[in-house]
Amino acid sequence: MDNVVLHVADVHKSFAGLHALSDIDLSVREGETHAIIGPNGAGKSTLLNVCIGRLKPDSGHVVFDGENLTGKQPHQINQLGVVRVFQTPEIFPELSILENVMVPILAKRDGSFKLNWFKRFSGEAEVRDKASSILSDLGLGSMLQHDASSLSRGDKRRLELAMGLSQDPRLLLLDEPTAGMARHDTNATIELLKDIKATGMTKVIIEHDMHVVFSLADRISVLAGGRIICQGTPEEVKADPRVKEAYLGEEQV
Amino acid sequence: MDAILVQILNGLDKGAAYALIALGLTLVFGTLGVVNFAHGAIFMIGAFCAVTLNRLLTLSTKVRDESITLFEAFKEVPILTTKFPTIGPIIVDYSVPLAILVAIPIMWGLGLLMERGLIRHFYKRPHADQILVTFGLAIIIQEIVKHYYGANPIPQAAPAAFSGSLNIGALFGLGDNIVYPWWRLIYLSFSLFIISAVFAFLQFTTFGMVVRAGMQDREMVGMLGINIERRFSLVFGLAAVVAGLAGVMYTPILPPDYHMGMDFLVLSFVVVVVGGMGSLGGAVAAGFLLGILQSFASMTQVKAIIPGIDQIIIYLVAVVVLLVLPRGLLGRKGVMED
Amino acid sequence: MNKSAISDWVLFFGFAAAILTMPVWLAPFGANYPDLMQKFAIFGVFAIGFNILFGLTGYLSFGHAAFLGVGSYTVVWSYKLLTMNIIPGIIFAVIVSGIFAFLIGYVSLRRSGIYFSILTLAFAQMSYNLAYSVLTPITNGETGLQLTLSDPRILDSMAGVAVTNSVPNPSVFGIKTSGLPGFYICAVVLIIGFFIALRITRSPFGMMLKAIKSNQTRMAYTGFNTRPYLLWAFVISGMYAGLAGGLLAVTDPLAGAERMQWTASGEVVLMTILGGVGTLVGPVIGAVVIKYFENIFSSFNKSELHQVFAALPDGLENVVVSVTSMFVGKGWHLTLGLMFMIVVIFLPGGIMEGVRRVGRLFGIGKPKTLKPASVATTEQGQANG
Repeated sequence: MDNVVLHVADVHKSFAGLHALSDIDLSVREGETHAIIGPNGAGKSTLLNVCIGRLKPDSGHVVFDGENLTGKQPHQINQLGVVRVFQTPEIFPELSILENVMVPILAKRDGSFKLNWFKRFSGEAEVRDKASSILSDLGLGSMLQHDASSLSRGDKRRLELAMGLSQDPRLLLLDEPTAGMARHDTNATIELLKDIKATGMTKVIIEHDMHVVFSLADRISVLAGGRIICQGTPEEVKADPRVKEAYLGEEQV
Repeated sequence: MDAILVQILNGLDKGAAYALIALGLTLVFGTLGVVNFAHGAIFMIGAFCAVTLNRLLTLSTKVRDESITLFEAFKEVPILTTKFPTIGPIIVDYSVPLAILVAIPIMWGLGLLMERGLIRHFYKRPHADQILVTFGLAIIIQEIVKHYYGANPIPQAAPAAFSGSLNIGALFGLGDNIVYPWWRLIYLSFSLFIISAVFAFLQFTTFGMVVRAGMQDREMVGMLGINIERRFSLVFGLAAVVAGLAGVMYTPILPPDYHMGMDFLVLSFVVVVVGGMGSLGGAVAAGFLLGILQSFASMTQVKAIIPGIDQIIIYLVAVVVLLVLPRGLLGRKGVMED
Repeated sequence: MNKSAISDWVLFFGFAAAILTMPVWLAPFGANYPDLMQKFAIFGVFAIGFNILFGLTGYLSFGHAAFLGVGSYTVVWSYKLLTMNIIPGIIFAVIVSGIFAFLIGYVSLRRSGIYFSILTLAFAQMSYNLAYSVLTPITNGETGLQLTLSDPRILDSMAGVAVTNSVPNPSVFGIKTSGLPGFYICAVVLIIGFFIALRITRSPFGMMLKAIKSNQTRMAYTGFNTRPYLLWAFVISGMYAGLAGGLLAVTDPLAGAERMQWTASGEVVLMTILGGVGTLVGPVIGAVVIKYFENIFSSFNKSELHQVFAALPDGLENVVVSVTSMFVGKGWHLTLGLMFMIVVIFLPGGIMEGVRRVGRLFGIGKPKTLKPASVATTEQGQANG
């Protein structure tokens, strides 16, 4: 339980003199669901981008399972098992829904590059079966052959989640998985994430919907003004006066 | 030392041509987001404006050649000089600078026509489509010019008053080896004037400010309720005029032919890439820099060490710049990076 | 064997049959003479290879003619130094152009989008300039590289091929490569090239290229290193171009720098988009159509035009002839530019897209995207919630 998988150590990041992140220290333990919350502009997305290699921190480093992620390329970080699910769906619009999920599975199986030009993509039965079973779990099983671009926005997010899950990530980073969803879709997603949690997958969730956070998170870090002002279990965070002051004041819980 | 100065001077006028073309490319790309492969063709049309005006001015009739008395001989004399014996020859002599007056409305009209008739429909299309359609247009323009003017270069004379050279060496007491043809000096001054005019226009007029804002952040300007595309069609006209004038004035330096546009376009694109996509200052600086480098590379001493360097120096510089500074010398982050 | 594999074999054999029977079915078009059919096959190879880069990855190269030229030069040098047998030359052409493509691709692929197009164009122009100037000892400059009697032809002389008074012809194990046999050699190469392109397109590798075209950033976050994928696609398509250039020297043993000019690069782009970018058969159709029209248009001259339009009244005839004469003969490039614009403006999907649209009109083939998708989602959402 106390096995730390992701360790963000003393990370600083500023944009044009503006401190987006300062003194960030964060440990994510194996198997836990760790939520990062905070008001808009608190630096949540910046932190996530530092973790997946999209941004380089000015100082400090991010260690995943003994490997320093700082300075690594996005594909290397992914190959280590750190997978991000994007807030605005980043899918392959021209490919079919099934192909959208088969591609990440192949990344996991074949590594970052493989020149297998004589094999048949459609002959990858195992990959296809895995992809279609994940898609069925997420309610997209009936439209495997459709172009991904034809999906509604909500379904694109679901597909995005399927792409992330298909890689059996060791650490899943979810960026506001329910943002912009209708209430019943949100509930469905919470149920889904609870199921995933039951499998013991380590997750970091960025979210500002308190309902989602408190129904899923094992531990919560509260980010405000680029700093972590509080860390602990949902109960501890709820009780912390600083959090109330910085954050909860502006939202109804 | 003298030789180096001469090479710098020689590079400046070619660099000026690159800079003027690259300036237009950058303006159009920065504001309209369009990659115009027909921009070189516009430069070439400018040059042929000068050729055409010269042809019109020298439309000739046959008159008896009085100097030959043995038999009845005829010679061709421009109508203009027979009709207006005093002013006529001067007009013919100054046909290249006069072509500027003709070229400005023609290039402006042509630019707007291109934008309204074709480019406008490609704002929302992928860059590849823009490249392809303007590439097709460039071929068409160049083939039409070839059809009417033939494939051979057509030399144009600078006015006789500027046909000599300025002895810069003597002027600055550096010896007699440094001479610079008057016309090249004029071309350089002319280019600097145009470049300053464009920058002043962008700096001091309201429209210029909108253009600069648009180059910084298209979306933002769009949100301010300014219809970027309609406004910026004028930018296309402006770029066409700049390239056209560069072409007009370059004719006495390089006899124009139908494929000069593409030759200059490729180099000007490299200039834009080296200067940094979307940076006007970068385009101008890189234009002069590459012009001078090219002129150095064509020195016999340099060619003796690295044969053929003059043919590839610009491309080599581009490769090195892109490897070391992927955004170019003065490029900004976020321009064409996705 | 699954269903898609079977349909691929059908496609392949259909394609092979269509190519090999060209001398028969092209007869009604008056295009069944070997020289022209050879061109169809050679530029088909060029366009198929170009499509592996442009069609699959979306990277638009404007410098593929450089590889075409490299292939031609390599084959002619193989004739001069080694043997008049075409096989070593062809193999060398593919290897050398592959190396060239690797070097140019390595640098050009550091940038994407229009930067990439400009860089490839610049490299091609650089190669063209070099071929004309400094590299004259290798390329023989403006004259072009030609065979001479005094060429060493080491392998041939070792094999004891008798030296004659005339420059020998290229051959493959004694069969001359001109005329109909020449066409069949090119046709077989085209069919092999098509087969490889088919396998690449259907492979996981090909799927990754398509995914890169669709969303390159996402590929990196999905764990793929996109650069080697792109570089391989570039090298493979460069090898196809070199192969095509080599075949040009098979049918006519000389090589000139004009093959590397940007117009040649533009031509292969046009073939690909005219036929249909990203389709397998499209680029070949584009190549055939363009070479066919080039052949027809370039052969016309003014007096022939007067004959064609003789039925018109004299004044009108002269006008029509003077207008049309711009597009034929040496004006073929004008027609080419016009086709370029028309295809890009009106038919971005090319001929294949046109065929598909007509097919859909008659109810053949079903559209891939269905409207009720969003409805199904809501239901699913409710069921889950």
